[in-house]
Amino acid sequence: MKQAMNGGYGGVPRWIYVLAAAGGLFVVLPLAAMVAKVNWSQFIPLITSEASLQALGLSLRTSAASTVLCIVLGVPLALVLARGSFPGQRVLRSLVLLPLVLPPVVGGIALLYTFGRQGLLGRTLEVAGLQIAFSTTAVILAQTFVALPFLVVSLEGALRTAGNRYEAVAATLGAGPTTVLRRVTLPLVLPGLASGAVLSFARSLGEFGATLTFAGSLQGVTRTLPLEIYLQRETDADAAVALSLVLVAVAVAVVALAYRSPRAAERAPAHSGERTTTARAAGGAVR
Amino acid sequence: MSTRKHARYALIAALLLGLAACAPASTTPTASQPATSQSPDATGQVSGTITVFAAASLKATFTQLASDFEAKNPGAKILLSFAGSSDLATQITQGAPADVFASADTKNMTRLADTKLLDGTAKNFATNVLEIAVPPSNPASIASFVDLARPGVKVVVCASQVPCGAAADTVEKAAGVTLSPVSEESSVTDVLGKVTSGEADAGLVYVTDVIGAGDKVKGIPFDESGKAVNTYPIATVGSSRNKELAAAFIAMVTGPDGQKTLSDAGFGAP
Repeated sequence: MKQAMNGGYGGVPRWIYVLAAAGGLFVVLPLAAMVAKVNWSQFIPLITSEASLQALGLSLRTSAASTVLCIVLGVPLALVLARGSFPGQRVLRSLVLLPLVLPPVVGGIALLYTFGRQGLLGRTLEVAGLQIAFSTTAVILAQTFVALPFLVVSLEGALRTAGNRYEAVAATLGAGPTTVLRRVTLPLVLPGLASGAVLSFARSLGEFGATLTFAGSLQGVTRTLPLEIYLQRETDADAAVALSLVLVAVAVAVVALAYRSPRAAERAPAHSGERTTTARAAGGAVR
Repeated sequence: MSTRKHARYALIAALLLGLAACAPASTTPTASQPATSQSPDATGQVSGTITVFAAASLKATFTQLASDFEAKNPGAKILLSFAGSSDLATQITQGAPADVFASADTKNMTRLADTKLLDGTAKNFATNVLEIAVPPSNPASIASFVDLARPGVKVVVCASQVPCGAAADTVEKAAGVTLSPVSEESSVTDVLGKVTSGEADAGLVYVTDVIGAGDKVKGIPFDESGKAVNTYPIATVGSSRNKELAAAFIAMVTGPDGQKTLSDAGFGAP
């Protein structure tokens, strides 16, 4: 049994393929079963109804907004976690990752007691004239809460893989910390940042539990696509299936996009000599 | 090397066979329910196990009724599953092992009757009407249904697609008032949650939800609620393996003991 000569050990026992096929089937089969249930003659009218279009539009808008918020809040967090050194760093990392494992409904309850009318900050915000409950802002906050860890994890991983040698060199050449960050660190990890952002967008798009608990459900304001599907399911199974397919299509597109960039990012450290150029090229490709 | 590999293949094959051998036992419903097909014993008591699918709004009362029933019939065991009526009806259509179905509306029961999934006909056992629920402090000073339409009042209702939302639409029409809710939830418990957490100034829920929530909300009855009365039917599911026990449980729910528990919880007589 000879392995293909690809410069390293790349052999996988054949039986693994059997189990892998079972794993793949386990994911694909339910999706195929759903596609088989689609009422194609009604498909276009079902997904272009006013309620459906408003839900899709709201989902895309809020997911884009929460992705921006994730970048604004997540990039500094990832930098501090990967490059900084301070007491309580491990605790902070665990806490930031918590929304990954929490049921979203728990996140919704937590947000309610923070930003809700009776919540920790809610009263102060209300005095300032800001009402978050039942608004699109509440949807964005719920999505950001659950999606932030995806960005932090991706970016922190990219930062650790990239190492800080180039940053050290830049610093010895007289660049200030902000210049190093802007000219060296961020370009180096751009693919990781991009895939993290895409994953955050995808997670925001699928957000359901926290939104339902925290933001409510009103057409055009807080009823995102997953909430619309949940509601349609009560009376119109065809509509629910059709909209689910739309969400699957958007998710597939997003995941495909995310998987293009990390591969480029992973390739970079393999050829250590040309790491910067590869990373730059990958960054360029993403852009 | 090759013998070790073979040994590994054999191990995996054995594991897979083991899994295959386990599978039928755990997926065949009959295997777990041999005790259900029992007949009444000499004392007229019923025994065995049945699964009751009941609307979410029946949670408190049916939990009580099931334990009362088990106390009277020591050989009987009632398993309860609560969810939205349309969810439960869908599950039964897909072959879920239910013996009794108690729906919060006639629509979902009719759906099962039309597809011949019921044994006999359904019997109405309770009614429920809407009530306004407000936080105990009543921040928006709601006193009547018309107050809900005041600008600035944050009202939460059910979406029209679910029974409580359909009822809300009906009373709105009857009262000649158009509400502009801040949220249309997909279940009555979500409406109640928005009121108990103080997010909403008022919500339209069932009388029984207000009673069930205790002092976390205040209920405000209104005249127009009588225009939208939800009727709760109960029936034996056709595929039940213990129709005797199912019938005995239904008889208890529709009988004096069951009706007393239901009316204590705020349900109306059918």
